[in-house]
Amino acid sequence: MNFLTNLISGLSLGSVYAIIALGYTMVYGISKMLNFAHGDIIMIGGYVSFVLTMYVGMNGWVALLVAMVVCTLLGILIERLAYRPLRGTGSLAVLITAIGVSYFLQNSALLIWGANPRVFPSLFEGINTIHAAGGKLTIAPVSLFTILANILIMIVLTLFVNRTKAGKAMRAVSEDNGAAQLMGINVNQSISLTFAIGSGLAAVAGVLMCSAYPVLMPTTGAMPGIKAFTAAVFGGIGSIPGAMIGGLILGIIEIFSRAYISTELSDAIVFACLIIVLLVKPTGLLGKKVSEKV
Amino acid sequence: MADRLLKSISSRGLKNAVKGSEYRKEALISYGVLVVGYILLQLGAAVGFIGHNLQGQFVPICVYVSLAISLNLVVGISGELSLGHAGFMAVGAFTGVVVTRVLEQSIEFGPARLMIALLVAAFAAAIAGFIIGIPILGLRGDYLAIVTLAFGEIVRNFMNVLFFGLDEKGHLLFAFNHTIDGIENNQRIITGAIGATGVTKLATFTGAAILTAFTLFVVLNLKNSKQGRAIMAIRDNRIAGESIGLDVKKYKLMAFVVSASLAGMAGCMFGQNYSTLAPVKFNFNTSVLILVFVVLGGIGNIWGGMIAAALLTVLPEALRQFADYRMLTYAIVLILVMIGTYNPAFRARITAFVEKIKPKKKDKGKEKTGKEAA
Amino acid sequence: MKKNWTKFLVVALSVMMVFAMTACGGGSSDGGSEGGDNVLHLGGIGPLTGPAALYGVAVNNGAQLAVDEINAANPDGVQLVWDMQDDEHDAEKSVNAYNKLMDDGMQILIGTVTSAPCTAVAAEAYENRTFVLTPSASAAAVVEGNDNVYQLCFQDPQQGQIAADYIAENYPDAVVGAIYNNADNYSTGIYDAFKAEFEAKGKTVAAAEAFADDANADFSAQLNSMKNANVDLIFLPIYYTPASNIMKQASDMGYAPKYFGCDGLDGILALEGFDTALAEGSLLLTPFSADAEDDATKAFVDAYQKAYGEKPIQFAADAYDCVYAVYEAFGKTGLGTDASMEDICEAMIEQFNGGFSITGLTASGEMKWESTGVVDKAPKIYLIQDGKYVEQ
Repeated sequence: MNFLTNLISGLSLGSVYAIIALGYTMVYGISKMLNFAHGDIIMIGGYVSFVLTMYVGMNGWVALLVAMVVCTLLGILIERLAYRPLRGTGSLAVLITAIGVSYFLQNSALLIWGANPRVFPSLFEGINTIHAAGGKLTIAPVSLFTILANILIMIVLTLFVNRTKAGKAMRAVSEDNGAAQLMGINVNQSISLTFAIGSGLAAVAGVLMCSAYPVLMPTTGAMPGIKAFTAAVFGGIGSIPGAMIGGLILGIIEIFSRAYISTELSDAIVFACLIIVLLVKPTGLLGKKVSEKV
Repeated sequence: MADRLLKSISSRGLKNAVKGSEYRKEALISYGVLVVGYILLQLGAAVGFIGHNLQGQFVPICVYVSLAISLNLVVGISGELSLGHAGFMAVGAFTGVVVTRVLEQSIEFGPARLMIALLVAAFAAAIAGFIIGIPILGLRGDYLAIVTLAFGEIVRNFMNVLFFGLDEKGHLLFAFNHTIDGIENNQRIITGAIGATGVTKLATFTGAAILTAFTLFVVLNLKNSKQGRAIMAIRDNRIAGESIGLDVKKYKLMAFVVSASLAGMAGCMFGQNYSTLAPVKFNFNTSVLILVFVVLGGIGNIWGGMIAAALLTVLPEALRQFADYRMLTYAIVLILVMIGTYNPAFRARITAFVEKIKPKKKDKGKEKTGKEAA
Repeated sequence: MKKNWTKFLVVALSVMMVFAMTACGGGSSDGGSEGGDNVLHLGGIGPLTGPAALYGVAVNNGAQLAVDEINAANPDGVQLVWDMQDDEHDAEKSVNAYNKLMDDGMQILIGTVTSAPCTAVAAEAYENRTFVLTPSASAAAVVEGNDNVYQLCFQDPQQGQIAADYIAENYPDAVVGAIYNNADNYSTGIYDAFKAEFEAKGKTVAAAEAFADDANADFSAQLNSMKNANVDLIFLPIYYTPASNIMKQASDMGYAPKYFGCDGLDGILALEGFDTALAEGSLLLTPFSADAEDDATKAFVDAYQKAYGEKPIQFAADAYDCVYAVYEAFGKTGLGTDASMEDICEAMIEQFNGGFSITGLTASGEMKWESTGVVDKAPKIYLIQDGKYVEQ
């Protein structure tokens, strides 16, 4: 039973990583940049939702929708102002700018909301914990919902990318930017759309994460951001199912190594697993093998 | 033979090899930056123009400049993105602390102890670089980056459970995980997450400047050697390099290990500049900070990285007058400078401006700009 | 050539900008006495940005409140100037901040807020002879070997011992577990001493689990381990932010042990959005509680809330007491405010070693200092009952 409880915790944590990793992976796929500010958009999503529920008195679910809209706009704005001027100058310049954006978001949050941490009001207030197997197995509603939300997002996103015109355009741009442009695809629009979707999902991840682990601080997004980035690479960066599988595996490894090996070294174990996976499959679990041409 | 072929396939290698003057110029500017900086700071401190705040940063500036130079070897010259440089710095720093403490009784003369510590630190970091480098250097691009990130985090995580101590006889004790039994009566050197405390500070500005000069010497000479040209040829075109029989792994590993050991030395100097040293210092943010120096100074441009490191180390201190808005201002400056130096449109405008004010004395210069534009 | 010129221009501009800023900043370097002659410069260092910012901000607010009170109460006497610099909870930045304060003519240092940076600064202050009273840096290494450094808070090992003694005496039948932050010296310092003392009393810690710094982590593995060991009292030598997370997750999994925390746990009830029912029945060892009924605390809490719009945490009270302690001790030295930092340091050491005592918010009786720099004051244990702290 213990094993099952840990497994569910792992899946739930992994689902949060997976949703964040989606943002990383999509952005990387289309613009070949590591968007290190992504974790901080999660934090902004959490704060917006917090302010709306606690101060404006909005329903948590409505607040989630508003937070998604705010984060979507923020994502588009950041891309337009900070990343677009550097497009085509190599991924390193954009990477450093992304780090600058990350500092900017964290310190803005510090100035706006102060240094005191907040406790996030759970979306699932009042829903009882599910007990099974004579009280030995406990499932928090937030875990269950996070896992379901992850699966739902994955299905919708896969359909979107494969079936819709905009999704196909996104794939085309990530496949070959120049050729897509020649085919009449608006590259700018596709990239903006990717950032919009990634940032909107970050808001969802932020609210779900804070519902399960309720502390909200300006630096809340930093560590999950790095872990989710790891998850994205784990699964093969650029691949949508890869992000999901990578996130879930990472979450399970993290929880299991804490439960059965060592709480002190759990992060080291997670990162060591990553190294081993990359040694066996250098482009991640589901990453595409790109053959080099002379 | 390979060397000759190499020159013909690598555009940069060609330029560099044919025009030894390019190299001489780079070396001249790099050493010049270091010497002029050193003299200016020393003079400024002597006449009292420079206050405690800036004086206190002399050693860290040298350390960060060294780190920027050594990371440039991996990022600029070898062309691999590394996000774990702080990990090697940590290995060097903690090795240095242990070595100086162990030798405290036997060697009285501080600089000699520092010297030995630097060598051991370089060795330890080189081993770490070798161990991590062998398996991962087959990886490409961003995958290598994430593995170096993972390495940095693993080092930091291990440092949190690492214990070093000395018993009454001066023997070194070592333990994991709080099982530091019998060490209560003994002298602790490193205590897990608390790190090292009560370090006797051995770092001086002159010592740190000499270390920077040494780092510069190693990197510039490597770059200008046959091996260096091979490394750059592989960076420019891996497959072509392989096809003429260059051992890609060997050369990549060479750059990586040398860079790691230089970072270890810089870390050792850093550790000797403060009375306390905690593992948390060597986190992802520090790795990224060093990368920022390199990118801001121009990837592969050694002296650009040096200046960027010095300026970005001083910048947060210079921004103290902004009080609450200090780090926000720092972030904005960082973004603007990145866009300023890399945005093509912005660069074109500055270049046009420079062309206008630049004295037109050499026809040769014009010719070259024409070539570059093409 | 073109490329180099562009780069050169950008670099030159940045150099000029930075130097212009440094020059502006350094302008007031030796103007030690702005705004009147009878001014004593107090410096403060702590994290005002970054993940530990809440502690630094609280200290800044608490100290500013005390400084304003003192200045307003006695406009003709010694006027205090408070200057707090950010160190981002980093030893290197902390030494930079210290040097900046030296440039600005600081005479006494109240800080550093957090332990590791404070240890680094203490060594510098020892060499330069700056008197240091830290509100909250509780590691033993802070005062070790430094005759000029004093702590207003309990030392970590002290807290661990007191907690172990209290639990062994009052809860002899409890199965005790512990969750601590192994990346934080405050937490490991308390836990190590707790374990040693607890085992010296013939007891055992049934389950001990660690986590690394991340306040928002998943604690289910640690909590499951506690639950499986049938732990009914968890010792939490950690700050209230991760503690609130632990309590929430325990309740989510239907696990309700008793918690025992140290001074870092204070502030948990004032945490915005926290369901105080989760902490019901918890015990904490803290020198200060914002819910205490005595007049001094009430006046302080009111003034703090008026000024900053939130309830003070223990760090604010520590800083408030620090300012008063330094102010009173300085008055007793008989020195004028024009005395040098070094002279003030020696005179203050003489006062603190010579039995100087003061009452304050963070002690039930008087606080005194030993010559080692360790504070001597009575501990207080609070029980959280009906969402309030009740002194035991």
